[in-house]
Amino acid sequence: MSVFVNSDTRLLVQGITGKEGQFHTRQCVTYGTNVVAGVTPGKGNLNIDGIPVFNCVNDAVKKTQANCSMIFVPPPFAADAIMESIDAGIELIVAITEGIPVLDMMKIKQMLNHAGSRLIGPNCPGIITPGQAKIGIMPAQIHKPGGPIGVVSRSGTLTYEVVFQLTGQGIGQTTCIGIGGDPINGTNFIDCLDAFENDPETEGIVMVGEIGGNAEENAAEYIKSNVTKPVVGFIAGITAPPGRRMGHAGAIISGGSGTAQAKIEALKKAGVHICKNLGDIGRMCADVFVS
Amino acid sequence: MKVHEFQAKQIFRSYKIPVPDGDVAFDHQNATQIAKGIGKFPVVVKAQIHAGGRGKGGGVKLAHSLDEVSQHASSIIGMNLVTHQTGPEGKQVKKILVESGVNIEKELYLSLIPDRETACILVIASEAGGMDIEEVAAQTPEKIIKVFINPLSGISPHHCRQVAFGLNLPASVIKEFSQILTRLYHLFVENDCSLVEINPLVITKESRVIALDAKMDFDDNAMFRHKDILEFRDLDEEDPLDVEASKYNLNYINLDGTIGNMVNGAGLAMAVMDTIKLAGAEPANFLDVGGGATAEMVENGFKIILSDDKVKAILINIFGGILRCDILANGVVEAARKTKIKVPLVVRMEGTNVEEGRKILAESGLKLFTAVDMKDAGEKVANIAVS
Repeated sequence: MSVFVNSDTRLLVQGITGKEGQFHTRQCVTYGTNVVAGVTPGKGNLNIDGIPVFNCVNDAVKKTQANCSMIFVPPPFAADAIMESIDAGIELIVAITEGIPVLDMMKIKQMLNHAGSRLIGPNCPGIITPGQAKIGIMPAQIHKPGGPIGVVSRSGTLTYEVVFQLTGQGIGQTTCIGIGGDPINGTNFIDCLDAFENDPETEGIVMVGEIGGNAEENAAEYIKSNVTKPVVGFIAGITAPPGRRMGHAGAIISGGSGTAQAKIEALKKAGVHICKNLGDIGRMCADVFVS
Repeated sequence: MKVHEFQAKQIFRSYKIPVPDGDVAFDHQNATQIAKGIGKFPVVVKAQIHAGGRGKGGGVKLAHSLDEVSQHASSIIGMNLVTHQTGPEGKQVKKILVESGVNIEKELYLSLIPDRETACILVIASEAGGMDIEEVAAQTPEKIIKVFINPLSGISPHHCRQVAFGLNLPASVIKEFSQILTRLYHLFVENDCSLVEINPLVITKESRVIALDAKMDFDDNAMFRHKDILEFRDLDEEDPLDVEASKYNLNYINLDGTIGNMVNGAGLAMAVMDTIKLAGAEPANFLDVGGGATAEMVENGFKIILSDDKVKAILINIFGGILRCDILANGVVEAARKTKIKVPLVVRMEGTNVEEGRKILAESGLKLFTAVDMKDAGEKVANIAVS
């Protein structure tokens, strides 16, 4: 078992002919992901390593029954690309693109409220179910298939660090989800916590948050009454100065809210095992999950 | 991206949102010229810096004659203005806004922000204008009105009514207020704002509604479609090292500590800063060289860190995923040689080809410490800097 993606996932890549798109598509194929189509407007007769390229998502879906899309389209055109996938009825959309304007994302979020699609990201490393499907840009070799831990995080390399330490302790992962560092994203912590709670193979959850917004506080409320599996949490940004955007568009303490301290307190109250020093998270997970 | 009040008011005017008559001045002659053009007193002289609390810090003064305008202009231009937002070091004032005073009957607060949770544009309004809105929200939350606008359908008259009646506005100004709010909404979405704030929005004794102050902040990610707004960027208002780093497309923020650090990925960079702090030292910066860091990015990162005199030691933490550690190690060695690095360097890297990478570092002849994990790295660099 796994959440959101597995070996049945049929992947379409929007922006497949770009440098990043091409490179990461190959990495996904090498990992075993079933990549069935690519989309680049105007390049509809090409193929990349035998993967057919289409002009429009609709055509690609009709011809290949793709049910998942990974987006490498640059920021000015990324919102349109996401909307194209929503309109084509794609079930899962994974937007890697960093730098989509907030107003574009607000409109997409409103659309998603009335559509059947799930969006992961944007500004994220993607999602991987180790041993089954990799949809994103994460280094595959650090993962260990078979579970039993689910990982959800707002940050890319921070997720790699956590997964690396888990694997180092001999602890495998069911699915690892990067929900992205933007202020408005498709799938949030609660969606992932809910999915992991309901996944019979997931026995514990690692949740990695950072400063800005109140997604972690909302997650804490949710955990309190809905999550029975043990959760280990880490929040980055204790030393972040207020009012400054720390790399991620969503990582900003504004008007005294969104601090790491407030998030840590909320999670502690919800019974989450808080890891203070990221260097310890592997050992801590071994203590919490294995015992 | 922030702009000055006088620039925000320029944008307001283009949307027919009423603001007092006035213009920006760079010296006292300029200032008196503008005051003459206004043609009546009192005139207000306001320091133009990217920080709030200017009035309390002595950066806003009322003048009743041209002589007074000239005096205030001379004293404010060049002053070091300290407010609760500038930090104790303050900010040097280089320009002022000279504008007409108005007969204030009532002061209101009005702002628009994107709301992360609801993905709506949130209108915040209050009868308690002219005060710190965060204080009002904390002490008298009943005085805060919040109206959420769905960006797909946009602003409707009922949104305006909700705000106007919530503010207990007199019937004589409701129409004008609604018009202003509608225009403000269009200004907000058409320019990709991340904040528009008017504090205070005043009702005058003549029953007019005027934006006495104007604060705007823009979404950096949307600036590709607003070249006109980009021209308002004022480099004087930014940290010189931050500006330098932005030329290299590096995510850099200068901080107060002594440990320079370079990390790939924003979340991991924050976590490394936290690790330094937990080990008993303070980070000198935040520096994210990007999830897929290249040797060139590493070199540019070195240049920025080394131009900060506070730095006593540097910690590099790279999680080599797609980028191989051996390539990265070569980049570090080369960059360290080119930039003639003199402070101790602690390197922790992990990921693909890490053994080859470590070997390259060990054989480089550089004064360099390798760390086995993040915690070790934090402790090593803190020990070096403290000793």
